[in-house]
Amino acid sequence: MTVNNRGVKVVVAMSGGVDSSVAAALLVERGYDVTGMMLRLWSEPGAEEANRCCTPDAMGLARKVADKLGIPFYALDAKAEFHNTVVRYFTDGYLKGVTPNPCLVCNRNIRWEFLLNRARAFGAEFLASGHYARIHRREDGRFELWKGIDPHKDQSYALSMLHQEQIAQTLFPVGEFTKPDIRQKARDFDLPVAERAESQDLCFIGDRDYRRFLNEHAPDATHPGLIRNRKGEVIGRHNGLAFYTIGQRKGLGIASPTPHYVLEKNLATNDLVVGKEDELGQKTLVAHSASWILGEAPGETFSAQVKIRYRAEFASGMVFPLDASHFRIEFDEPLRDITPGQGAVLYNGEVCLGGGIIQESFE
Amino acid sequence: MMDLSTKIYLDYAATTPVDERVVEAMLPYFSRDFGNPSSVHGFGQQAEAALENARERIASVLQTSASEIVFTSCGTESDNLALRGAVLSQRTQRGANHLLITPVEHHAVGHTAEQLARYYGFELEYLPIDQYGCVDPQDVKARIRPDTALVSVIYANNEIGTINPVDEIGVVCREHGVLFHTDAVQAAAHLPINLEAAQIDLLAIGAHKFYGPKGVGALFIRKGSNLVPSQTGGAQEYGMRAGTQNIPYIVGMAEALRLARLERSERSGKLIPMRDRLIGQVLEEIPGVRLTGHPERRLPNHASFVFEGVDGNTLSMMLDGAGFACSSGSACKTGNPEPSGVLLALGLSPAWALGSLRVTLGKGTTPQEVDQFLSVLPGVVERVRALQG
Repeated sequence: MTVNNRGVKVVVAMSGGVDSSVAAALLVERGYDVTGMMLRLWSEPGAEEANRCCTPDAMGLARKVADKLGIPFYALDAKAEFHNTVVRYFTDGYLKGVTPNPCLVCNRNIRWEFLLNRARAFGAEFLASGHYARIHRREDGRFELWKGIDPHKDQSYALSMLHQEQIAQTLFPVGEFTKPDIRQKARDFDLPVAERAESQDLCFIGDRDYRRFLNEHAPDATHPGLIRNRKGEVIGRHNGLAFYTIGQRKGLGIASPTPHYVLEKNLATNDLVVGKEDELGQKTLVAHSASWILGEAPGETFSAQVKIRYRAEFASGMVFPLDASHFRIEFDEPLRDITPGQGAVLYNGEVCLGGGIIQESFE
Repeated sequence: MMDLSTKIYLDYAATTPVDERVVEAMLPYFSRDFGNPSSVHGFGQQAEAALENARERIASVLQTSASEIVFTSCGTESDNLALRGAVLSQRTQRGANHLLITPVEHHAVGHTAEQLARYYGFELEYLPIDQYGCVDPQDVKARIRPDTALVSVIYANNEIGTINPVDEIGVVCREHGVLFHTDAVQAAAHLPINLEAAQIDLLAIGAHKFYGPKGVGALFIRKGSNLVPSQTGGAQEYGMRAGTQNIPYIVGMAEALRLARLERSERSGKLIPMRDRLIGQVLEEIPGVRLTGHPERRLPNHASFVFEGVDGNTLSMMLDGAGFACSSGSACKTGNPEPSGVLLALGLSPAWALGSLRVTLGKGTTPQEVDQFLSVLPGVVERVRALQG
């Protein structure tokens, strides 16, 4: 294996975290000609330290790792591209009344477009990252995206909008391992990042509350309004539709003997529609921006396991492609928190088939 | 460790390797002849002799007297001492409050002047420059005022290579009784500096630009210039710069400067044809490119360009990947693209200024390396342009 890889140029997207550092180390160990690159995505005057993944501190760590591994390291500026695609997608989503998932767009347009293009121009055959996912080459030469081995860390959800040619030029070295394995490897490689904490929040918001971020960056998405029940009766006031998600129970401030849940956001009237637990639950969703890893839907109708959020459990259902960019899912059991703007990502066992962005849901 | 043995270094304006003869000269002063030159005993006397011998050597290269040479930790410190020391002293002596510099200074001068304006209340004025970053002595003459404390003009520009007419500017300043400082950090490696003839009052150099070690510099202070020291403490360096002198580094700088003087015409004779071929071929073969700095009055080793529609940082990275170490005026390791203030001051738009490339040659450069670079550059520029598209 080592012999075959010798001289094959790979660029690793490094963040200064454990996973991408071990990814780089594994590739070096396997004989690749590895170069580290880090994207500067975001900085806000006065809050340079708030974001997680491209702070001077994270960059210093990534440089240390690169030095330890004896690989070149470069920082690339992608602030304008990140702002114009990812951050704008995020704020626009809230302005449209949905709960967007910017990571899907970031992976597709920033990491696997902006960075992949630069890696290719640099002479690399592959772009690697520290994502927990796997790539499987089929007999017909096409590539499948598989879940990472570790079910607690699988990140295929956030990669589900990548296209065939992007995946064909990608390596996910850590996807074959569990997170505890990777931490152990970081210690074995003596990387200075072995004990670093997980990053989980949106990188450009970091430790801060996303509500504050929206107040600053999309103030129009945060107008207070009325809370109504299904009958149209006013039963409370909300702080801005952007601050609520479908299925949410806490923080509604409704005085009532039984709990209320967010059922719907009505952007036209700026009303938040809530109801009792038995009013929750929908069995059908329609998704737009359909994207298939193999380039086309697996069939006219097919069954799949579906994730409706990154952290959701898998739910079984039948998928009906409607046209090139839309599909409908009918779930076996109703789901309480189908949220427009989040990805609906489809799986067949270990294989991630692709997905789309949830447009609406029905009972 | 990264293997750099196959890489071609074309960034001699950033720093140079220490000449082996210089290393040889330095070695005895680390462990064997380690004394403190301020000590009374024999160890101290030996160190003091080495220190004063180095001072003599540097003074003789610059054609001035040893008592006018003060050792510092680097070129930047020399600039700091010159600016801060001169204007504070001039204000105390005669109420002078006006500081005249160019918009194309190295940050060591530019940022020091800004601090003097912002926190010390000095009035900072920028001299006009032409499209090559050159100062006209007549403009200095027109802007000098009775309350001008100091004029500072960079000798040869680090980013664009332009050489300023410092002798003529010195004459203007002397006529008006105003102190004149020049940052000669780049110039000292390549140009004959004759302080006996020139009307320069303060001149800063740093050893690592001329094959000496990093971490040592010097400031020429013409007798009678009266500076306020910026680093206070013991009486070392005529009270101008407190702190135990770094003997091995100072010895290394003296030897490096002696060699630079000795081999100047030989080095320049090699560098200038390579530089001119590099500039000529880039301008001929690559579309959307301009030379920055003066076409003739420039450092013998210095070629600098801007490319339209190119990100200079990405260009440097791609060139490094292709085996060539160059730099970009806009470059900074954090990947934060800010167009260089020097390039903007030349009147370039930010779109052009972001696409800067500096290629600086040195003792180790061969014509073959220049050929290799020239064969690779057009393709790399094209690839980086395609990314911007």
